[in-house]
Amino acid sequence: MATKSDNNRAWLFVIPVIVLVAFNAVVPLMTVVNYSVQETFGDNVFFWHGLGWFEDVLRSERAHAALARQLMFTFTILIIEIPLGVVIALTMPRKGVWVSVCLVLMALPLLIPWNVVGAMWNIFALPDIGLLGRLINSMGIDYNFTQQPLAAWFTMILMDVWHWTSLVALLAYAGLISIPDAYYQAAKIDGAKGWAVFRYIQLPKMKRVLTIAVLLRFMDSFMIYTEPSVLTGGGPGNSTTLLSIDLVKIALGQFDLGPAAAMSLIYFLITLLFSWIFYTVMTKDEGQ
Amino acid sequence: MSRIGLSKLSHSYIDTPTDAADWALKEIDIEWSDGGAYALLGPSGCGKSTLLNIISGLVVPSNGRVLFDGRDVTELPPEQRNIAQVFQFPVTYDTMSVYANLAFPLRNRGVSEAKIDARVREIAEMLELTDMLERRAAGLTADAKQKISMGRGLVRQDVNVMMFDEPLTVIDPQLKWTLRSKLKELHQRVGVTMIYVTHDQTEALTFADQVVVMQDGEIVQIGTPVDLFERPTHTFVGHFIGSPGMNVLPCEVREGAAYFHGRHVPIDAGVGRPGEGARLEIGVRPEFTRFADDGGVPVTVVRVSDAGRHRVVETRAGDTRINLLTSESEAVPEGEAHLEFDPAHTRVYVDGWISEAA
Amino acid sequence: MKRATWLVPTLYILFLMLPIYWLVNMSFKTTNEILGSFTLFPNDFTFENYMVIFTDQSWYMGYFNSMLYVSMNTVISVAAALPAAYAFSRYRFLGDKHLFFWLLTNRMAPPAVFALPFFQFYSAVGLFDTHIAVALAHCLFNIPLAVWILEGFMSGVPKELDETAYVDGYSFPKFFFKIFLPTIKSGIGVTAFFCFMFSWVELLLAKNLTAVDAKPIAATMTRTASTAGYELGLLAAAGVLTIIPGAIVIYFVRNYIAKGFALGRV
Repeated sequence: MATKSDNNRAWLFVIPVIVLVAFNAVVPLMTVVNYSVQETFGDNVFFWHGLGWFEDVLRSERAHAALARQLMFTFTILIIEIPLGVVIALTMPRKGVWVSVCLVLMALPLLIPWNVVGAMWNIFALPDIGLLGRLINSMGIDYNFTQQPLAAWFTMILMDVWHWTSLVALLAYAGLISIPDAYYQAAKIDGAKGWAVFRYIQLPKMKRVLTIAVLLRFMDSFMIYTEPSVLTGGGPGNSTTLLSIDLVKIALGQFDLGPAAAMSLIYFLITLLFSWIFYTVMTKDEGQ
Repeated sequence: MSRIGLSKLSHSYIDTPTDAADWALKEIDIEWSDGGAYALLGPSGCGKSTLLNIISGLVVPSNGRVLFDGRDVTELPPEQRNIAQVFQFPVTYDTMSVYANLAFPLRNRGVSEAKIDARVREIAEMLELTDMLERRAAGLTADAKQKISMGRGLVRQDVNVMMFDEPLTVIDPQLKWTLRSKLKELHQRVGVTMIYVTHDQTEALTFADQVVVMQDGEIVQIGTPVDLFERPTHTFVGHFIGSPGMNVLPCEVREGAAYFHGRHVPIDAGVGRPGEGARLEIGVRPEFTRFADDGGVPVTVVRVSDAGRHRVVETRAGDTRINLLTSESEAVPEGEAHLEFDPAHTRVYVDGWISEAA
Repeated sequence: MKRATWLVPTLYILFLMLPIYWLVNMSFKTTNEILGSFTLFPNDFTFENYMVIFTDQSWYMGYFNSMLYVSMNTVISVAAALPAAYAFSRYRFLGDKHLFFWLLTNRMAPPAVFALPFFQFYSAVGLFDTHIAVALAHCLFNIPLAVWILEGFMSGVPKELDETAYVDGYSFPKFFFKIFLPTIKSGIGVTAFFCFMFSWVELLLAKNLTAVDAKPIAATMTRTASTAGYELGLLAAAGVLTIIPGAIVIYFVRNYIAKGFALGRV
């Protein structure tokens, strides 16, 4: 690492970024804060409501249920996608034409607009006209994700695994190919076998990229809206109504700006809190 | 520990090599005895690392055989050859403690913990790592890490040969010397065969009993450091070893005598009859060149540089540059001067190779 | 065990391709065939769905709109992030760590949280339903990402390069554009790729900030499901067409993808 020099004029370099991000972040965020402490009966008439909405949201069973579903979803996909991505990265070819083929095909789901992902999975999983739906039903399992909560969850998680495991795999792969050959040669000479090579060479070297992978997957799955909303619309019932789906229902569907704003802020804080916890836990060894 | 033989070894990284340039190694024959210290010396790209990887089993040669104590191991993978290797960049298992690093090769081979403990402590003592055994390998300096890599080879008692692939590349200059003498000391204590690959002549000459000099995939000379200095068999060796390298003067040969710019130059032995059109050169080290009063080779002094205990004087005879070493006290003439060569160390080279007396 | 390793990526890629195959398959079918029978290949092969998209302005303008705001966003994000990333990689300055963290927190802001205020805010400043509105809105998450990735690349360039250039008499702007940027051009490519990617796939904000003039293609699709009945073939064809730009972009950056992923830093 190059040593950095002190220079407060460097602030000039960051001004464009600050202006652009602040333009988008500060004003809307202030609007949200503003709504969250007021009550309205329409016609742009607002009354001071204090922290009332926050209390309501924190006590609301509906919000608790949405948060519980959100956590359930996020942790399920993390448990599946992280190990699966690592396994795929480990088994990917390291050189030759197949590398490009793998990379291009694997990256493909990452570049499909999110509502297309939802729509694609919708027609893929429909029990009557979808390939997946037909396949599962033909195995004698009654499967209809528009009516069965369990099937809806299964489809939603499978969709997310389909959509994002590649990101984990590509990150892990990037970590793997940056390991110099000498490490593998040394391990061979030291008599280390498969598991030991993974545990003592590959895993430590992948740690940094895996931290990025977990953080990104956590943040993005916690904020997920478009794909499940197109796939299931939060249903059947409220069974797949994740936090942001519920939020949009309240804000745009019912136009309850106060509670929606309060919920938004709590939501944002939870995301920040978890990201910070992940970051701290996963990087705590590095200081030593 | 064992004797190592390389028989008719050649290697190409290309599947169907067509011309000479496709071969990374061309016909290597070497016999190394048990417990020796050897160095492979040559510029980058000369094939020395390929040769090392063939001995360690990371590369299978296109042709020829690798023999450990007469046993053919050419096709064996590294883990079955019982070798140890220290790489250019230190390889340590960063999540493990220094102790666990040293114990790793033994644990993988199912050695009992009691034996491991004894052996690790013994080797750590030798390498002066004892006080950092409990620390994690991650935060250590490059020289400590390189000692750990050596240690992982030394703990094993079944090692046939220990190999070093330019191990001092990333070590700070002042620590290089310490680590180099440590290595020499270790070799004398444990008596294992060691092969040291480097492009640094000082490292090779101070470490090895015998140095193999390579160029373009070929061995140009195998000899003791003294041999390489006093009797280079090829102008490349003369040039590559020594600072500055050997002077090489184009010459003519008439009736067994050598002539430079038409002037007779006395040499140590006769010259064979060179073939038509062969490239003929006189080779003489700066150490064996001195100023003469008169009658020597006329030259112009170009530059004098101080190299500590002696001076390097650069002169020119026409287009040919001739260096010589003089002591601090000796006066260096300015402008025109004459040179003479010590006949016992002046030789004729034919197409680069030393000409044996006919 | 060694022999079976190719099986894992193969099966995985097969799994990735199945839904895409189904979408492509459906896009070549007539609505009758889709609803009436279950076929693995179109019996009644038709280009009709694609023809509708290519001839109806409200469809193909969607493409143009998406491309336009995605390109604008990529250019703005990279251009703004370059000097900032340089500052973070080369200098210590008052509040640098806090600033870096603050930038990253914006990457963590759920778009759903901002959907409504964004709509009101951009309406208030008179940018509603313009391409620049979406391009600016996407800066919220793309600029932090761009700064993050570029900083990783720039930290990999030794500081001696800067110093040598100054010694050689280069002014800062000349050094930055003539020497520094060409040195990290693969990093810029990778960053542009990621900006393109996240702007191209995001829809919640893009949909909320547009109505007619700047409506993205992917948002036009939702119309088929609601107003025009259930025209699945058309929906599928539009979906297929949204995959193509992504596929082309990936093909061009394929050799940098793996490297690009590794060089960002936490």
